[in-house]
Amino acid sequence: MTCSLSSPAISWRPCLISFSSVFKRYPGGQEGLKGVSFTIEPGQFVFVAGHSGAGKSTLLKLIPAIERPSSGVILVNGQNVGALKRSALPYLRRNLGLVFQDQKLLYDRSAYDNVMLPLSFSELSGREAARRARAALEKVGLLARQKAKPIQLSGGEQQRLAIARAVVNRPSVLIADEPTANLDAESAAAILDIFVAFNQVGVTVLVATHDEALIGRFAKRVLRLAKGGIVE
Amino acid sequence: MIGIALSLPAGGYALLSSLRQVTQGASLEPQWSLYLHLETGRMEADALGARLKSDARVSAVRFVSREQALKELQATEGLAEVVAALNRNPLPDAFVVRPQVADATALEALAKELRALPGVAQVQVDAAWAQRLGALAGTARLAIALLAALLASGLVAITFNTIRLQILTQRAEIEISKLIGATDAFIRRPFFYLGALQGLAGGALALAIVWGSLAALNLGVAELAVSYGSSFRLMFLNLGDALTIVLFSAGLGWAGAYLSVSRYLLEIELK
Ligand SMILES: Nc1ncnc2c1ncn2[C@@H]1O[C@H](COP(=O)(O)OP(=O)(O)O)[C@@H](O)[C@H]1O
Ligand SMILES: [Mg+2]
Repeated sequence: MTCSLSSPAISWRPCLISFSSVFKRYPGGQEGLKGVSFTIEPGQFVFVAGHSGAGKSTLLKLIPAIERPSSGVILVNGQNVGALKRSALPYLRRNLGLVFQDQKLLYDRSAYDNVMLPLSFSELSGREAARRARAALEKVGLLARQKAKPIQLSGGEQQRLAIARAVVNRPSVLIADEPTANLDAESAAAILDIFVAFNQVGVTVLVATHDEALIGRFAKRVLRLAKGGIVE
Repeated sequence: MIGIALSLPAGGYALLSSLRQVTQGASLEPQWSLYLHLETGRMEADALGARLKSDARVSAVRFVSREQALKELQATEGLAEVVAALNRNPLPDAFVVRPQVADATALEALAKELRALPGVAQVQVDAAWAQRLGALAGTARLAIALLAALLASGLVAITFNTIRLQILTQRAEIEISKLIGATDAFIRRPFFYLGALQGLAGGALALAIVWGSLAALNLGVAELAVSYGSSFRLMFLNLGDALTIVLFSAGLGWAGAYLSVSRYLLEIELK
């Protein structure tokens, strides 16, 4: 299976992720992951499930090298991301769409400015960047609210804004950590529908959640974690 | 703040440049008198004169005979009777020379050497005050250089801190940008501009302060100079010096910003 990170010319190109015997022990001695192995094929939709503390966030943070593994090998598009040099990290991360558990929005900026942030350090022209920002806002249904500050948005809208920022660079992989936490069932399902829509156009999607009921509503692959290990 | 700090060495430098003009204009080169032993004969004196003339370290060698010296003394008001009362000439022959070496230690060595020449009784270092002035100017230059170095590091420290404050207000944006793929260079760039701009503004302000102070001082200096029949004025720094100061402080601001951002990026890396 060929696998390459998205190039500017061809967007939505799929990418492969593989973990083999990955351990993650935090400096304090806490065990994040205890020997995890799996592969994700391009274009797959994968839930990362498990109770709080199971290691879901740890697993997701290892992919963009926000955390580094203590041992084991993590390949993203054939690159050993655990061993990547610091200077190579920005280029890895630009090809991954990240939705953080705490969203990490800029609360003193408009929705539009938030979506523009990742474009400010890409090599796009100003006009193309503006066009992409509006397209991303439109895909998550926030174009009409582009001037609003995150504070003025509902929880579901803030989450959708975080998704718009994650997809604006047209990544081949979308990684979301608990994107439906604090949302009612209906808003949560609406958020998941957005991920499904991106997946349908070829984006590989990883969604971490502890919400079994939500997982049950979608017939997707599930990587179930418990105490740092894969149980299913 | 930066401007005021920088105006001190810049102003000192300007004052010193003006002072150097004075010391070069007036004949402040030291003039030495070499007094010979009373029993030194004319032949010996001539030999000494030839020896001095061949020495590149002294110039304008002039012989003043004891008779000539006595005549000059007689011509001096009030001393004629005293001289007349003497039954013999107490004055020695002398050479008047100008040393041509620049620094103080070489001057000292030269004086010592001349004192040891056969026939020389005493070397009187006439224009010691000029030497002292020269030494003082040297000390002032050193002090200004030290002050400049001190304030330069101060400027770096000030920009370091102001840039740090600026970084902290934008800390969320920096953290998020790094997480989603901004390079360190991209994150640093705006802070470099900010630091350089701050240094530039500080340098320009320093020059303005110096210019204003010199203008104020010149009001007094002009009066003083007129009463001495001189047109001396304190001069502002020339364009090249002024430009150097402004660019130098911009560079210092840039350096402060560089240290600040690098340190912050290292901190969040280690977190
Ligand atoms: N930054 C960290 N420092 C120390 N321990 C951590 C850190 N992040 C997570 N852990 C520990 O690793 C384990 C897995 O945590 P996490 O990956 O956040 O689980 P989940 O996202 O499934 O709730 C937990 O025991 C947690 O305490
Ligand atoms: Mg978590």
